[in-house]
Amino acid sequence: MKGLTATPELRQHLDGLRQQSHHQSVSPEEVTRIVEQVLSTMGGEITSTDVKLYRELEGLARFIQNARSEIAQVRPDAISSHDIPSATDELDAVVGATEEATGAILDAAEQLENLTSSLPPEQATVISDVVTRIYEACNFQDVTGQRITKVVRTLKQIEERVSAMLAAFGDELTRMQTDTATPKYNPAAGPSIAPDQVDLLHGPALPDEAKRQAEIDAILASFG
Amino acid sequence: MDKNMPILIVDDYKTMLRIIRNLLKQLGFDNVDEATDGSTALHRLREKNYGLVISDWNMEPMTGLQLLREVRNDAKLKHIPFVMVTAESKTENVIAAKEAGVTNYIVKPFNAETLKQKLVAVFGNF
Repeated sequence: MKGLTATPELRQHLDGLRQQSHHQSVSPEEVTRIVEQVLSTMGGEITSTDVKLYRELEGLARFIQNARSEIAQVRPDAISSHDIPSATDELDAVVGATEEATGAILDAAEQLENLTSSLPPEQATVISDVVTRIYEACNFQDVTGQRITKVVRTLKQIEERVSAMLAAFGDELTRMQTDTATPKYNPAAGPSIAPDQVDLLHGPALPDEAKRQAEIDAILASFG
Repeated sequence: MDKNMPILIVDDYKTMLRIIRNLLKQLGFDNVDEATDGSTALHRLREKNYGLVISDWNMEPMTGLQLLREVRNDAKLKHIPFVMVTAESKTENVIAAKEAGVTNYIVKPFNAETLKQKLVAVFGNF
């Protein structure tokens, strides 16, 4: 820029911000300070290019401020500390409830099966077949449980990313939020999966994507 | 084959352990032990001579695939038939299990007839 002299203080300030930007975002206030420092070092005529640059920097600072404001309205702290943990708790409860219900069904089925020894053979066979169908139907609890666990895992990943975003923005985001009363929550750390196993832990496939037993048999048979 | 041979079933869902146990009982296999994770299963396998392992895949901290690899890498255990019973149905899963030495592979949800067929494939008619 014509007439611009970079003072040692300005250069030092810019170097410091460059370092800082590797680890955290630069605040709009910092950007404004830089612009003011640049303008204060300018001697002589300010060209139209200089004015354009200043306006763009001002626009950038305003954009950053608006983005932070919008993010604050999303209430990321509530999402991270309450909404997602609440959702995962609900899903865990679903798994628990279905496991309990399935247990009750199996109790009843086993009682029926125990009766077959005292029945005539024909009736015993009928009852036994019916009980087998009940056992087969109860497979559902395992599959639905795994699907729900997959959802819970995804929610926890979202929670981690929201928490990371909160950490990146720091206290400024907290100050911008209108409702300061948020419940405290310490999500329990779940067990971790070894990184080399993550790619193979797909969980149950969707019904229109799942391979049937015949297809699995064909894959196995292809090995000879 | 000896229907009295010890069988180890491994799954972190107790309901599934119960279902497999009951279906095995209907087929005449009454000598069944359970483990709810791969590490416990491996410990049991090293303490007792099992004739068959039926294992889930998706378990923590040791998955069924890791258990299979441990079994196949152990000179005393490597000959034990190992049937994976799992909801993991992608081709890459089946290939990985086969390459690790799985004897057979049943995808959940499964029925009693499929379990019987796979056991017949391993042991012959019973």
